[in-house]
Amino acid sequence: MQLLILTVVLLTLATLGYRLGRGRALASTGGNPRLLHSLPSYHGYYVAMWCGLPALLLVAAWLALEPSVVRMLVMSGLPADVQTLPEERLALLFNEVRLVASFGKAPSTPAVGVAAEQYLSLRQLSFAAMAVVSLVAAVLGLTAAQRWIQADLRARNRVEKVVSVFLVGCSTVAIFTTVGIVLSLLFESIRFFNAVPITEFLFGLHWSPQIAMRSDQVGSSGAFGAVPLFAGTLLISFIAMMVAVPLGLLSAIYMAEYANPKFRAIVKPLLEVLAGIPTVVYGFFAALTVAPFFRDLGISLGLSVASESALAAGVVMGIMIIPFVSSLSDDVITAVPQSLREGSFGLGATRSETIRQVIVPAALPGIVGGVLLAVSRAIGETMIVVMAAGLAANLTANPLEAVTTVTTQIVTLLVGDQEFDSPKTLAAFALGLVLFCVTLVLNVVALHIVNKYREKYD
Amino acid sequence: MSLALSLPETDSRLAKVTARDVNVHYAEKHALKHVDLDIRSNEVTALIGPSGCGKSTFLRCVNRMNDMIENCRVTGLLTLDGDDVYDRKIDVVQLRARVGMVFQKPNPFPKSIYDNVAYGPRIHGMARDQGELDEIVMTSLERAGLLAEVKDRLLEAGTGLSGGQQQRLCIARAIAVAPEVILMDEPCSALDPIATAKVEELIDELRENFTIVIVTHSMQQAARVSQRTAFFHLGELVEVGDTEQIFTNPQHPLTQGYITGRFG
Ligand SMILES: Nc1ncnc2c1ncn2[C@@H]1O[C@H](COP(=O)(O)OP(=O)(O)OP(=O)(O)O)[C@@H](O)[C@H]1O
Ligand SMILES: [Mg+2]
Repeated sequence: MQLLILTVVLLTLATLGYRLGRGRALASTGGNPRLLHSLPSYHGYYVAMWCGLPALLLVAAWLALEPSVVRMLVMSGLPADVQTLPEERLALLFNEVRLVASFGKAPSTPAVGVAAEQYLSLRQLSFAAMAVVSLVAAVLGLTAAQRWIQADLRARNRVEKVVSVFLVGCSTVAIFTTVGIVLSLLFESIRFFNAVPITEFLFGLHWSPQIAMRSDQVGSSGAFGAVPLFAGTLLISFIAMMVAVPLGLLSAIYMAEYANPKFRAIVKPLLEVLAGIPTVVYGFFAALTVAPFFRDLGISLGLSVASESALAAGVVMGIMIIPFVSSLSDDVITAVPQSLREGSFGLGATRSETIRQVIVPAALPGIVGGVLLAVSRAIGETMIVVMAAGLAANLTANPLEAVTTVTTQIVTLLVGDQEFDSPKTLAAFALGLVLFCVTLVLNVVALHIVNKYREKYD
Repeated sequence: MSLALSLPETDSRLAKVTARDVNVHYAEKHALKHVDLDIRSNEVTALIGPSGCGKSTFLRCVNRMNDMIENCRVTGLLTLDGDDVYDRKIDVVQLRARVGMVFQKPNPFPKSIYDNVAYGPRIHGMARDQGELDEIVMTSLERAGLLAEVKDRLLEAGTGLSGGQQQRLCIARAIAVAPEVILMDEPCSALDPIATAKVEELIDELRENFTIVIVTHSMQQAARVSQRTAFFHLGELVEVGDTEQIFTNPQHPLTQGYITGRFG
């Protein structure tokens, strides 16, 4: 609350700075803005930035450092015998101090009560100091910057510099997050590979990731051969592509070449709605409708179909990725120059001959790129397979049986209470790493193909 | 038909293509107005006129390329060898096999040189076996004056040729289906003078076997390659006559103004 008020005050000061800077800039040229190097508003922003930025940065830095400093001070105020306690005990103790201070919990020892009081007063002091320092910084910045205002001050360049630094900052957040995720995947995977050899993981045919509670337990050592998972993923993705590629491609051809514009304007967004349906909805559609349907169909044909089959999950996933295939294909097909169509029609080709022999071949690289993107989407898809494909790590090519996929297993490995350093949980990171590598390669290849194709006609 | 009879000076026996009171509308825009024009066999007819006057529109009426434009409406009578081109009984596919087209910008298919030329003959089933197809491809390339340059690279992509070669490839592709009429819409506008000279030479040779209509913005080109010239202005056919007469002794002041470069 106090912090909010402080921020509002700082922002108000910055707004004031804007008005002052603007006014001063105008006044410096006797009210003729054309004599200024930059527009008056840039002078305003310039002053506002000098006023607000240092102060806000100070607040941010203060807030980041304050907890550890306060903790150090509080701990050093504790009796000497307490200070020699092991680190975890100290952490618990400090936690208690905070609870006592913030929520009025009764202290367990008088020492804690004293510490809690010290904690409270330290924090109040710190906040007051922070408020004073930041306000001083703001006022200083404001007065100094206001003095610097002159007709030939390059305010625009300075302001734009700050804006561009800010933008770079924003984009590095995304990049660093990605790098951080990849690194954590990598390190955890390395820990996993210390426990389970990488060759066993990549080439082992048996997957049963349990760990023993007692060493003499049956099946005490888990098996971490991931081949059944890779096979299951491939099988389901393959089924999905068998559904999505023909349907998506043919509907794209229809949309791009045959449909009249009005129809297209209505149906294309409708088709893209398919991509907007939450995957969990597809999941229960697959588990509750499609899978039983296939099972009943199988029974009437005399086949045994598992109630959770690769087929059901694959088909539903295929339907989900139709829009990926169709809208990307539609884009590349419409990007084929009209002159090629006219050239073909001009030779007396029919529409279907033109599509088969000129347009699809010309668009093929782009279509392949779109399909690869869809494949990477299929491989990474989780919810549908969790709900519809089952958990049994069967090594089979039979789509009527239950299989499991990399993503499903990651989910089951991490659901539940597990220590975070058992091979069982670490296996999830290794699987994640494999998944990441595969989809990364697919994406890079696909984007490369799509771009190369784009260049050809530009 | 009654209109055709009321125009005594046209000799319809010689005419390969005749247009009588042809009007074209693009939605509200009246792009071609009451055009009467005869295009004679084994001659090159040049269509000239300022930009936007309807030359391409007229050309595209002849092989019904305008069918593909959503809001385009063609009225009047257009005949090829006396048959109404816009008759319901006419099969557009056959019509376009008889009336070939070469476009302003070379538009080879992204296929090999061979397949580009073989495209038309294949879809029309013109060759009974591979040998016949080879024959058609070779003679077409030869007649387009391209064979010598590409005979060692027939299986390379047609899009890899130079602009002038691409345009001659498109001409070879058009003549491979043995059309009777070839429509050319500014075929040389993307070409350098040397390639242009080659294409012009080619047009002159092709005249022996084909009827050619060419749209051009170059007076010199019209004068060099054509026997007859038609001048369009704002959607109307202002004047048509022997090329020599149009360029030396134009009847209409607009024609005169255009060919002497006073406007357009
Ligand atoms: N697809 C179309 N939709 C609407 N109007 C069109 C279309 N094509 C052409 N027009 C209009 O019809 C008129 C004639 O166009 P056309 O392309 O026949 O001119 P042109 O004589 O070939 O010109 P240029 O020498 O520039 O090629 C122009 O006014 C043009 O704006
Ligand atoms: Mg034109």
